[in-house]
Amino acid sequence: MVPVAVTLAAATALAVAILVYANPAPPGTGAFWIIVQARLVSLGTILLVAVAQSVATVLFHTITANRILTPSILGFDALYVLSQTALVFLFGVSSTGMEGIPKIVAQSALMIVFATLLYGWLFSGRRANLHLMLLVGVVLGIAFASTASFLQRILTPSEFDVLSARLFGSISKADPAYLPIAGLIVAGILVYVWSRRRSYDVLALGRDVSVGLGLRYRREVVVSLVLVAVLVSVSATMVGPMTFYGFLVATLAYQFAPGDRHADVLPLAIGIGLVTLLAATFVLRHLFSAAGLVTVIIEFVGGTLFLIVLLRKGLR
Amino acid sequence: MSQALTTDTPGAPARRRGRPWALPAAVAAVLILLGISLSIGAFDILGDEFGSEMFWITRVPRTLALVLAGAAIATSGLVMQVLTQNRFVDATTSGTTEWAALGLLLTALLLPGIGLVGKMVISSVFAFVGAMVFMGILRRVVIRTTLVVPLIGIMLGAVMSALTTFLAAQFNLLQMLGTWFLGSFGEIVRGRYEVLWVVAVVTLLVFLMADRITVAGLGKDLATGVGVRYEAILVAGTALVAVAAGVTTVVVGFLPLLGLVVPNIVSMIRGDDVRSNLPWVVLGGTALVTLCDIIGRTVNMPFEVPVSLVLGAVGSVVFVALLLRQAKAGAL
Repeated sequence: MVPVAVTLAAATALAVAILVYANPAPPGTGAFWIIVQARLVSLGTILLVAVAQSVATVLFHTITANRILTPSILGFDALYVLSQTALVFLFGVSSTGMEGIPKIVAQSALMIVFATLLYGWLFSGRRANLHLMLLVGVVLGIAFASTASFLQRILTPSEFDVLSARLFGSISKADPAYLPIAGLIVAGILVYVWSRRRSYDVLALGRDVSVGLGLRYRREVVVSLVLVAVLVSVSATMVGPMTFYGFLVATLAYQFAPGDRHADVLPLAIGIGLVTLLAATFVLRHLFSAAGLVTVIIEFVGGTLFLIVLLRKGLR
Repeated sequence: MSQALTTDTPGAPARRRGRPWALPAAVAAVLILLGISLSIGAFDILGDEFGSEMFWITRVPRTLALVLAGAAIATSGLVMQVLTQNRFVDATTSGTTEWAALGLLLTALLLPGIGLVGKMVISSVFAFVGAMVFMGILRRVVIRTTLVVPLIGIMLGAVMSALTTFLAAQFNLLQMLGTWFLGSFGEIVRGRYEVLWVVAVVTLLVFLMADRITVAGLGKDLATGVGVRYEAILVAGTALVAVAAGVTTVVVGFLPLLGLVVPNIVSMIRGDDVRSNLPWVVLGGTALVTLCDIIGRTVNMPFEVPVSLVLGAVGSVVFVALLLRQAKAGAL
């Protein structure tokens, strides 16, 4: 548990640093605390995104029995953006009669069903060819992204306004209204996944072993896919698509975890996810004053790592 | 992976000889599309007194640009596929266009006064470097299955575009970047499209070099054995691809997956004879880009949707279909 402790200590230090560094008001005054509070929203967002992406990626790796494909690389995020856009495009801004959070929940539910069907189909029976699935997923991601931007161009400006307020979040300007419900969802899933960590250890051994050991394999896989879709849509709502972040975090976690069990990997993945995002935020916001670029930097580092892994190890 | 090139459909030559009307019919179809492209737009060219003037200022240059860019990008996609011996490689899936955009950004940052020609040269040089980097990586990787190659290219492109986006954001050029990443023929008018004739020369050179490129695509040993200078053809072919990518990026912007979809569909129908497929690739590239441009122009009149978005959506769906089809046939 040493690596986990190290990452959590580093994450705490970075979190405190983000809260108080370069706070223009003198410490202890009212203004000081107002600024700290505003930064707390960023921290909450980072926490949720880190947990959601790391858990989603590790789960996805387990059920697909590989360590290269991640939901984001396969276009889950882009699918989320597309489904949100398509709903606004088809039904307008408020014709569904729902507003605010219920509407988002309903829309996310639709996307989750769609993602589960699509990726369930993609992964059924074609397990043998990982390269094919990876390429198909990547290209589907391009298709989703292009179609979404295409529809966004046709929206009326007021519809686009509503949509962009919902889609293009970033760590520096996340909407605090979503934090409580998103936090509840992520926490719930985290508790569920943790309570079933031993089942996931079995699931990682593959279909035949799982069935032999008495696991309802198909059911487990479908439930996990749904959870992954939920987590990714939460993360995409908060900060927009991040293709390589989950890959970066999970790869590092496998590298440094003391064992292969989910009890080892999951906490470390969350810890590394936190440190990565917090460090990127701190450096870019306070040292380069370019807070909007956190996700771009993570794309760059994560993408490079992905290329190196792909080139050195190929796909296993 | 070399099997991708040698899977000529049996019986295809016989079928080809049996249809002498096919090529003229395709030319006629493309001409009809171009006629449609000339006739639609927000301005009433027949009724208004400035009609004919507008026709020559915007419609004709735009339609010519569609032909030039579509033909060049589609043929250069074919060249890349032959040279890398991989069906799924083109400027989009090798990161080449992203390098061109990086070059363009650097000229905007470091040499802001440079003219259109200078921009095109630098952007083409960067595209060339990018294509060479891609080919260099391909030589060194352990696993080179048909599918890993385009994946490496797409990831390379993603990393390059993250770098470019970061640079652009640092220097407040993000908006400019947006117009390069989104290819559109909306701003093509007289005085701006003329430089695109450069890519017509590229297309012509590909026609002249078709046989040598085909032989080079068979591999270094074989090509050298029949007296083709392998390295020279490789560099020349890559340079042609780079010029096409660089120039279209400067003038029009990205045309994603055009160079992948068109040659693949052509060889699906006609087999893999590069030389006799070339006219079809030119026609197909022109037709697809014109069709997508017409869709982009009419779907939200009088506003325009950039052609690259239509192409990206259509192209990637076709790409997935091609992949699944080949997988089903057991070719992958």
